[in-house]
Formats: sequence, structure tokens, C-alpha cells
Amino acid sequence: MTDVRAEQFESLVRRVEEEPVDFDGLYVAREDDSYAFETPDGSHDGLSEAGLHEAAADAAPYVTNWYYWEEVVGHRGRHRRAFLRKLEAADEFSVGRRYDELRDGMHTEWGQLRITATLGDDGDRRYEVRHEADEAVDAAELDEYTDPLNARELATSDERGRYRPLKTAPTLVDGWVFPALDGRDLVETVDTFYPATVANWNLEREGELDVSHWEETIERQTGIYGVVKTWNRGEGHEHVNWVAEACCDDSQCLKRREWQYDENTELDVDGGDGAFPCREPCSVVIAASRKWTRLEGEQSRTYEFDLTPSEKEQVEAIIDAVADGRVDDIREADIYEGANRYRTRFLRAKRFDEDGNLSGTPTDAAEDGDGGEDDE
Amino acid sequence: MQALVIVAHGSHLNPDSSSPTQRHADTIRATGAFDEVKTGYWKEEPSLREVLRTVESDEVFVVPLFISEGYFTEQVIPRELRLDGWDVSEWDSDGLSADTATLTATDTGQVVHYCGPVGTHESMTDVLVRRAETVTGDPDVGEGFGFAVVGHGTERNENSAKAIEYHADRIREMDRFDEVRALYMDEEPEVDDVTDHFDSEDVVVVPLFIADGFHTQEDIPEDMGLTDDYRTGYDVPTVVDGHRIWYAGAVGTEGLMADVVLERAAEAGADVGAAVERVREQTRETPTAGD
Repeated sequence: MTDVRAEQFESLVRRVEEEPVDFDGLYVAREDDSYAFETPDGSHDGLSEAGLHEAAADAAPYVTNWYYWEEVVGHRGRHRRAFLRKLEAADEFSVGRRYDELRDGMHTEWGQLRITATLGDDGDRRYEVRHEADEAVDAAELDEYTDPLNARELATSDERGRYRPLKTAPTLVDGWVFPALDGRDLVETVDTFYPATVANWNLEREGELDVSHWEETIERQTGIYGVVKTWNRGEGHEHVNWVAEACCDDSQCLKRREWQYDENTELDVDGGDGAFPCREPCSVVIAASRKWTRLEGEQSRTYEFDLTPSEKEQVEAIIDAVADGRVDDIREADIYEGANRYRTRFLRAKRFDEDGNLSGTPTDAAEDGDGGEDDE
Repeated sequence: MQALVIVAHGSHLNPDSSSPTQRHADTIRATGAFDEVKTGYWKEEPSLREVLRTVESDEVFVVPLFISEGYFTEQVIPRELRLDGWDVSEWDSDGLSADTATLTATDTGQVVHYCGPVGTHESMTDVLVRRAETVTGDPDVGEGFGFAVVGHGTERNENSAKAIEYHADRIREMDRFDEVRALYMDEEPEVDDVTDHFDSEDVVVVPLFIADGFHTQEDIPEDMGLTDDYRTGYDVPTVVDGHRIWYAGAVGTEGLMADVVLERAAEAGADVGAAVERVREQTRETPTAGD
């Protein structure tokens, strides 16, 4: 049973002195010397303050719900408020239904995060965040955190200890839980795992997302990235399809790509199904595109290589394994896998000459490779 | 409501690039001087393009954690933050004197007080000295010691060398260290020959860099002869040519850097109360005289 605390009731009376309260099905107004009180469950007129108190106690969920959203959360952080409302489907469900469901916990998937909203004391909300992979794990078995900034360390490296430069890569480690955050800390935690995703989700919801497409993003670049402008040669946008397929696929980044080649030209590859949008090519895409701009300045040539049919397929299997990040999953003695280390070493022993040329065919170093630094 | 946003370079490859930035943000957050304290990066997230939308305040103080005025502070950061009407003349700077400019971010409508970089602020001199105290473990270090401030050099930005000279001059004027020199990685006088530039047996070497990385952890230690291979590490101090070299690593990792950020914001009009004094004391790693 939800109760109305004295401070919650007093806040309501104070608000009603200023103007009628009309929120999520609760209507309370001052009428000369009395009060009107109405919810979908019934209405009362001509109430004294004592009568208002009794009516409020009888309709406690409506009153505590008003208090939480209007007095605790407030309207100061527009994106924060919208996100917290989403977590209990506040724009769809009645207060009664939300209170019922919140008692059991309402779940939201956000990238690899699983957020559970529950009802605290007197209509207060509590939020739990854990990795989606830990959905069924007892919280006592997870490492417990209370400070949103702890998400920073959790998000720094993947399970093999490698640095994660892209926060929305699907490589977040599991095994941790933030068991009972308030609304402000919940949003701070989510925003630390996945920076700016709450704001961009809400801007999109409100129809105000400022998408910056490939063309305008590369036009903006200067310094060492200015060169990416030269990659568009008026020959279509196939190269940008390749960039998006390489970097922006759901297997690489959980943002849903909303940027296209330009306002009128959609890319041909899927933008993904993520909960939150990607509004422009990110710094990882731009840095990689700088490298590709240089590499794609080269012309194709015809080389002759001697490979058996199985060796050709093995080369393709190796490229697939690297591109799909499966190299470390291939067992040491699994010689049935083309990208197995022994298989690959055998191929190298057989087909490389002493200079590392495949099939002894020289690359011809007449054209320079690239110089310069890659991370500036 | 006032927010502080510290903007820095960050890295796709090295997680240590942004860790000092985060630590200084934490120090300032703990003072409670701002309603919100956030960090934004050129190479990490939130990006410079999106950091402002992560703060709820209408008034934002943006402090660049960069060493000198130049390409990043004058072009990249204002462009990516979408500061309406920005022109470098807003700072009216001689290359060292950028203070603040007040503009509006076109995407969020926030009022942004865009500050000069930390590296050219006068209080950065105190951080260099504090770094010497920390690395020697001596709050009174000075007598009998030489002090080398190390910079990249002018290859990419002439203001970079100006900042090095400026702080070296100010440390010299303190009359605390026996000798003070400005040395460079890619021009004369070079840090490689550090011992040629000092008579003092003990020399503190402090690179004016924001974060530890390739230059401060690999190049400079090897160039000075502290080690043949940075991976094997080096002692502090290490004896080179009869001099004890106290190599401090990037000044930007010193806790007192948070003070420079605060002072930049305060001079741009932020109400920081007593936070400056608190940070100056809290970030001290050596006992003060008399303790």
C-alpha cells in the first residue's frame, strides 16, 4: 500500500494555492474556501483541508505519482525527465497500472544495459542497471556499485582488457550491478556508459534530432582530416556504404545510424535497430575514413597468385574471421577452420617467399604507402 | 544553474589520455562549485559535438585542457561546440593572453563562456612547481636544483613554444631553483642534451603536456638517456652524466591542474566560492612546511 507522507501532502496544498494541479489523472483545485479533488476513480467537491487529506490518502498513488514527477524529478532536465517517463511507459499506462507493474519491476533494454524501474517508499522510484547478459543472475553474485562515475571504469575495457574507444560498441563487460539509483543518478549512469544517448533519443522523439549526414560532416573537417573531402569524386556513394557496413553495423556499434550520404541520398546498408540514434559520422569513422581516403587513391591492378581452391577459400575464411572478430574464438587444434593458426601458418610457410610476398608475387613498391600519424 | 565542461583531446588508442581530465573533473565536482561538471573530447565520447546537450544548465563554462592557443582552441573546439559567431579576435590574444569569450551554442541555445586553454594561464606555473615538489617528495625543493620545462617545439605551432618560455621565465623569476631552462623535443635547445644545459647536480624535468602518452612516456625518457627501452622503465631519479634527473612525466597529471581549470572558469565569471583554496590544499601530495 502506498501512503502519502506529510511533506507530499503539504507540497500538494502549496501548489494548489498557486494554481490547479492537473497531472497524470490527478486534478486538485482550490475553490474559494474549499478544494476539489478528482481522479479517474472518483471526484469530490467542497472539501475542507482535512477532507482533502482524506481524499488524497484514499488516492495515494495519484498523489505520490504527482509528487515524484513534479516535485522530485521536475522539469529542469528535459531529456532526463523524458527518459525516466519512458522507463515506466508513463505516456501509455495509467497510474494504477504503472504502480502495479513497478512493484514487480519494469524493464527497458538500452544498448547492452538492462534498466529496471521499481517503486520505492511512498511512490518514490528506484532504478537498477545491469548488463543484459546478467538478466537472470542473482544481484548478490554481481559486483555492486552506487556511484554513477564507476560506470567510467566499467566502460573502459572489454572482457579481454582491450581499450574500448567507442562507448557504444557491443563489448561492454558484464558482472556488475547498480542496484538502487535515484532518477538523477540513473540517467548519469546511462550517460556515462553511453554518452549523449539519452539526449539524442529524446531529441529524436521530439522531432528535433540534428542529423549531420556524411557530406556535411566531411565538409566540416579541417587539418589532417580535411583530406576525406577528396574521397567523394562524384562517382556515387558506394564507398560510404562500405564505411557504414564496416563501422556502423549493429555488430560494431549499437547506435542506430540515422545519417545518410546526404539529405537526399540514403545509404544502401541497414542502419541497425538500436534504441538510440547516431546523428553523424563519429570520430572513429572519420579517422578510419582518412586512412581509406589515402588507400582508395590507389588503382586496382591484376596480380597472379597460385592458390589451390581450398587455399583461396582459406584466404576468404581468414578475412571473414578477422572482420567478424572471431580469431580468438577459433580453437588451437581446430584445423577444420580456415583461420586456424596452424592452418594459417602452414599457408604462410608454403605460399610466402622470404620477403613475405604472397605466392612470391612482389607488390611493386613504386607507389608509396602512407606516412603520417594515424591518431591525431 | 552553472555547468563546467572540460574539453580535451582524448585518444582512440590510449585510455590514459583522458584519465587526468576525468580526475580533474572529479576534483572540481567534489567542491560543489558547479551544478554539473562534464568532460568532452575530440576523440572520445561524449564528443565535442554532443557534450553540451548532456548538461542541463543554461550557462556553461568551457575550459580547454590544452597546452597552448592554436588549431584546437581557435578552430576545432569552437566549431564543434557550434559557438555562434566565434572569431579568434574575440580573445584578443597575443598567443598567451586568451581569457574568455561569451557566445551562444546554436544547437542547444546555451550561453557558453569559452575560456582560454589551461596551459597559458599564469597559475600553470604553480602546477609545474607543484609537480617538482611531488616528484621529489620535497615541498621546499629548489635550492641546488635545476628545473627544465619541456615542450614539443614550434614545428606545429609557434604558440606552443611561447607557453614554454612564459612559464620558464616565471619560474626563474621566483628565484627558487638554481637554474631554469626551456627545452624542446624537436628543436634547440633539445631535451636530448638535458645535462649539457645544467650545472646543478639535481635537475627536475617537467614536460608541459596534458597527458602521459607516447611523447612523455617513450620519447623523452629514451632521448634523455633515462632508459634504453621505455618498456623496462626508469628510476626517479636516474643518474645521467653525473646529474640526477628527476623526470616528472606530464604536468597535466598533477592534481593541482584542477585549480587552473577553476581559475579559468572563475575569471570568466563563474561563482566558485572558496573552491580555489580548497583544491589548492587538497591536491597537495607532499606535506607543507611545518607539517
